[in-house]
Amino acid sequence: MTLDFARQSAYFWALLPEIVLATWTMLVLVVDVFRSSDHPEESRAPVAWMSLAGLVVAGAANAYLLSMREAAPTGMIAVDSFRVFTNFILLLAAGLAICLSFGYLQRRHIDRGEFYVLVLFATVGMMLMAGSRDLILMFIALEVMSVAIYVLVGYHRQDPRSSEASLKYFLLGAFSSGFFLYGIALLFGATGSTHLPTIGTMLGDGVGTASPVALAGMALVLVGLGFKVAAVPFHVWTPDAYDGAPTPVTALMATGVKAAAFAAFIRVFAVGLGGVREDWAPVVWVLAALTMVAANLVALTQGSVKRMLAYSSIAHAGYLLVALLSANQAGAAAFLFYLLVYTVMTAGAFGIVIANSQGDHERVSLEDYAGFGWQQPLLGAAFGLFLLSLAGFPLTGGFLGKLYIIRSALESDNVPLAVVLVLASLISYFYYLRVIVVMYMRPAASANSHDQAGLAVPGRAAIAVAAVAVLALFFAASPVMRAAESSVASLFPAAPALFGMTP
Amino acid sequence: MLGLSEILFYFFGGMAVVSAVAMITRENPVASALWLIMTFFSLAAIYTLLGAYFIGIIQILVYAGAIMVLFLFVIMLLNLGNEYEPDIRGKTWLAMGAGSGLVLLGLLARMFSGETAPLGRQAGPRALANHVADVGVVNVIGLPLYRDYMVSLQATAILLLIACIGAVVLAKRKF
Repeated sequence: MTLDFARQSAYFWALLPEIVLATWTMLVLVVDVFRSSDHPEESRAPVAWMSLAGLVVAGAANAYLLSMREAAPTGMIAVDSFRVFTNFILLLAAGLAICLSFGYLQRRHIDRGEFYVLVLFATVGMMLMAGSRDLILMFIALEVMSVAIYVLVGYHRQDPRSSEASLKYFLLGAFSSGFFLYGIALLFGATGSTHLPTIGTMLGDGVGTASPVALAGMALVLVGLGFKVAAVPFHVWTPDAYDGAPTPVTALMATGVKAAAFAAFIRVFAVGLGGVREDWAPVVWVLAALTMVAANLVALTQGSVKRMLAYSSIAHAGYLLVALLSANQAGAAAFLFYLLVYTVMTAGAFGIVIANSQGDHERVSLEDYAGFGWQQPLLGAAFGLFLLSLAGFPLTGGFLGKLYIIRSALESDNVPLAVVLVLASLISYFYYLRVIVVMYMRPAASANSHDQAGLAVPGRAAIAVAAVAVLALFFAASPVMRAAESSVASLFPAAPALFGMTP
Repeated sequence: MLGLSEILFYFFGGMAVVSAVAMITRENPVASALWLIMTFFSLAAIYTLLGAYFIGIIQILVYAGAIMVLFLFVIMLLNLGNEYEPDIRGKTWLAMGAGSGLVLLGLLARMFSGETAPLGRQAGPRALANHVADVGVVNVIGLPLYRDYMVSLQATAILLLIACIGAVVLAKRKF
């Protein structure tokens, strides 16, 4: 089907996955309201299952999107296979987060149906943000996602750390949204449009290339997006917000939110502003290098595994920025591939953190993992696998992902950044391996200190899926890589004129 | 000789300035809020005089109506009307405020000097006036909002729903 956005009805088809998911979410909300008035203390597992079903239906609608073509890139939302690919990553991230919250919410006495509703709405926002081709829509989608996440971070109201994390994230997030919005206004002032292809054409024609207004606009948009992907120096909120949030929410923030922000990043900078690459590339270069080095160094000093994973997710934002900087299609494909690997391995790692919590105790310090590997052999092995993959150890998807990123960086003559990436990964080996060492080589406090560790069945399934995916992305990576390459080709219809050929 | 609309303009303009100054100099928050309402009304009158009836009505409905009620609610709920805190901001803030005021004035002057046609599209006060004459006052806002930015508008609806759910979740007394 060919969509012509001159007619409004085209948007109905173009937005099918988002419409389906949003409608389903409202249905979940209503069902939950009727249930909870009857049985306020009952488990919310049916609501959670219903939410998972909604994600599956939205995934089917998303696959249907592949059969559509757009007549011209004039719509507010992109209809290309890059959007389909990122949508699948986002739905996967939300599904893993929901699976992991089975049981966890009950243990912490925060099992309410609104949790799942907010997760689903946040996913709608992420999908809109990752697919939007207009800065206004991108901003509103960013807010849809963020407002839901602010609430989810503070979902455990009785826990002061959760409330503190929520407030910090909210204040800094509102601040960064202001930057983003001001950047949009300035870009509009410089080019007369908020539509990304139009902005790209205006700037590419030299109309506003060197104008200080356009430069300031780009800088402010970069700040806004840099905040959401948690790139150094806009990362200060990350450790506290990730640490205080309920762990399934942390998993969603580290995977879905970051993936959506990165997809928007690539749409704004690599595609929309690709013609003025020399204006923003040096800044992003510095951001990437800073992010990789600083995050890995700070992660070394963390005594809490949850905080360590928070810093690790910041470091991974740096690796992804390297892929984004590599001005070739291989770079963008490596970016998508690594985003997928990163999503499954990070969600899996946070899943183990959830499994190790007992009752209202999160048990996230390094000592709490002593002997974990022997008393919980399956979970311990899975954790080891995720940590090795995060470090980039061979035989895991993380290794291959980093390899693709380094290759794309070398192909675009970005040798210094590739060197920084390798060195930063070397540092990261230390703190990832330290957890494995503690897990297997340090005796547990008592012979049954990890007996209560465990997950509900859906959580275990999520861990299993993530573990298999991490392995499969090494041993059977080529179909995924091919899919990523073809998605990226759709992203740059006029390639290579638009992308990567600037002198 | 001044026409009626000019007399009205100067009257409401002066009123807007006076009540704005009064608003930021009152110590009592309730008095401040009331002066703010006065400012909003004067601005609404000026919009109406300029022919922007729609914005004038919206100004009264949204600002003087809804937002001010919220302000007063918060003031009363927090019981702010009784004791006054001294201004804790230092001299730096004064300089920054004056600086941003100057920048604003500069931008305004540039705007009316007429030499800054924004790139890419016909814009500016004259183009706006022509556009209003073409499609009418309400359509200037309504057509883009419900046609060009339809998707954003729908997304805003979801945003409001999320905000409602979030407020209930965070403010509910008992879990």
